[in-house]
Amino acid sequence: MEHIAAVLVDGIIYAAWLFVAAVGMTLIYGVMKIVNITHGSFYALGAYAGASMAGAWLARGYPPMLSYAALLAAGVVVALVVAPLIERGLLRFMYAKDEVVILLITYALFLVLEDVIKLVWGVDPYFIAEPYGLLGSFEVGSLSYPTYNLILVGLALVSGAGLAWMLNRTRTGKLLRAVIHDPQVSSAMGVNVDRFYLVTFTFGSMLAALGGAFTAPTVSVVPGLGVEVVVLSFAVVVIGGLGSLPGAALGALIVGLVRSLSIHYLPQVELFVIYFVMALVLAVRPRGLFSLAEARKI
Amino acid sequence: MKLDRTQLALIAILVAVAAGGPFLPKWALFLLTIAVAKGLVALGLMLLLRAGLVSFGQALYYCLGAYAAGGIGRAFGISDIFVQMLTGAVVAAFFAWLFGFLLARYRGIFFGLLSLALSMILYGLIVKNEALGSTDGINVLPSTLFGIRPGEATLRYAVALAAVGVAVLAALLVHRYMNTPQGQLAPAIKDNEIRVEYMGASVQQAIHVMYVIAAALAGIGGALAATAVGHIDPDMAYWTSSGEFIFITILAGTGSAIAPFLGAVIFGIIHTVAYDVSPNTWQLTLGLSLLVVIVFLPEGLWSLFKRRAARKAA
Repeated sequence: MEHIAAVLVDGIIYAAWLFVAAVGMTLIYGVMKIVNITHGSFYALGAYAGASMAGAWLARGYPPMLSYAALLAAGVVVALVVAPLIERGLLRFMYAKDEVVILLITYALFLVLEDVIKLVWGVDPYFIAEPYGLLGSFEVGSLSYPTYNLILVGLALVSGAGLAWMLNRTRTGKLLRAVIHDPQVSSAMGVNVDRFYLVTFTFGSMLAALGGAFTAPTVSVVPGLGVEVVVLSFAVVVIGGLGSLPGAALGALIVGLVRSLSIHYLPQVELFVIYFVMALVLAVRPRGLFSLAEARKI
Repeated sequence: MKLDRTQLALIAILVAVAAGGPFLPKWALFLLTIAVAKGLVALGLMLLLRAGLVSFGQALYYCLGAYAAGGIGRAFGISDIFVQMLTGAVVAAFFAWLFGFLLARYRGIFFGLLSLALSMILYGLIVKNEALGSTDGINVLPSTLFGIRPGEATLRYAVALAAVGVAVLAALLVHRYMNTPQGQLAPAIKDNEIRVEYMGASVQQAIHVMYVIAAALAGIGGALAATAVGHIDPDMAYWTSSGEFIFITILAGTGSAIAPFLGAVIFGIIHTVAYDVSPNTWQLTLGLSLLVVIVFLPEGLWSLFKRRAARKAA
C-alpha cells in the first residue's frame, strides 16, 4: 500500500514538473501552429536566470523566504526580454512557411540560444540548493518528501487552471479561440492577430522559463539543460494532442505515472517506456488522445 | 554508356580521394570518413525531403547500423569494414521495413514526431541496458579489409577510401533511383499527393520504399562511424544527432545526390573550425548558418550551383 502511495506521489510531482515545462509548448502550437524547439532554450534560460537571481538575492543576505519571488521574477523577466525579441525579430516573418520549416527555424534558434546561454553564464554549473531545503518536508506514510515539490504542483495547478479560465471564461479567451480557428477572418473582423501571436509566444515561453526557474534549486544548472526538456515536452504534448490544454495535463499525468511506476518496479525501462507510450499514442491516435477530427485538406 | 554530369563528378571524387588520400594527414582522412558517414544519412533524408517528409528520428537507423556493426564484432569477432556496412544496412533496412508500414501513413509534423519517438525508444533501451554498454557505450574492433588488417599508417586511408567508395556507389544508385518513374514520384507527392493517387501510383508504397532506402543508407553511415571512431554510444540515437542530420540535409538541399556529401563536409568544417576557434560558440555558428540557408536559400546550398548553370544557359 505504501509503495503505491510512493508511486503516486512521485508520479504526481513529476507530472507537475512535466506540465509546467510542456504546457507552453501546447499553447504555442495550438495558437500559432509552431512546433517550438526553442521551448527547451526558454526552460534553460529560466533555470540560469533563476539560479543567478536567487543566488544573488541570498548572497546579499535578503530574507531567504523571498528567494521564491526572485525565482518567479527571473522566469518572467527572462521570457519578457527574449521571447518578444525572437517573435518580432524573426518568427513573424516566417508564419507563411510550412510547419516543418518553422520547426527547423526554431531548431536553429535553439542551437543559437544554447551558445548564447554559455556566453552569458559560462560553462560552470550553478547550484542554489537553499530554497529547496527551506520549507522542510512533508510525510506520506513513512516516506518524507521536500515540501518544495509542492511549489511545482501548485505552479502546475495555477497555470493550468488560469489558462483554462482565460480561454473559456474571458473576452480575451474568446478572441483567442477565434484566432485559433481562423486567423484571417479574425483579422478581418478587427482582431489584432499579430498581438495575440506575440502575447501567446511570450506567455508560452514564460511558462517554460518558470518551469526552469523553479527546477533550478533541485538540480545543478549546467549547459545542455534544455535538451532533454525539448523531447520530454514533445512526448507530453503529443500524447495529449498537440494544441490541447486538457491534453497536456493528461499527457503529463500519464508520463509522470508511467515513469514513476517503472522507476519503482522496473527501472531498466524508465526512459524507454515514456517514448513507447508516445509512439503508441501516435500509432493509434496520431493527433493525440484529446483531438478533434481533422477536416481533410484539398 | 554515356555518363551524365553527376555520375562523372562522383567518379572524379572517388579518383581524387584514391589518388590524394595518401598525402592527406590522418585527421583530415578521419574527418572525411565521418563526413561521408553523415553524408550517407543525409542522402537518405534527402530522398524523404524531396517527398516533403522530414524525419526527426533518422538517428534511429544510424545508431542501429552502428550497434549492428559493433555487435557482429563482439559476437563473432567480425571486423571487416564491408561486412560491417552490409550488416548495418540490412539491420536498419529490416527495421525500417517494419516501421514503414506505420510511418508511410504519416505526413508533415506527425511523420517527424513519430520517427522521433521511435529513435528515442532505441535511446531509452540502450541507455538502461548493461549488456549494450549503457551510457558508456561499447568499443568497436579496428577495421579490417577483406581479412587484411592494415597497419596503423594506412588504416585511416583504407577506411576513408572504403567509405568514399561505398558512398560513391550509393550516390550513383540513388541518382539512378531518383530518375526512375518511382523516384520521380517524390516531388509529385510533395506537390499534391491526391493527384499522384489519381495517376494510379501508390503514394504509401513509394514512401515506404524511400523510407527503407533512407534507413539502409543511415545504417551504412552508422556502421562507418562506428568503425572509424572505434566506439559507439547511445547518444547516436538521441534527438540531437537526428537534428544534426537534418541540419546537413537542409544545408545541402535536394538538388543532387552529391549535395548531402557536400553538406556533410561543410558541416564537418564548421564543426571543426568553429569548435577550434571558440568551443562555446560553434552551435551558434551552426544555428545562424541554418537560419541563413532557410531564409535566403530555401533550396539549400546546392541551388547556388543550379542558379549559375541556369544563368549560363540563358
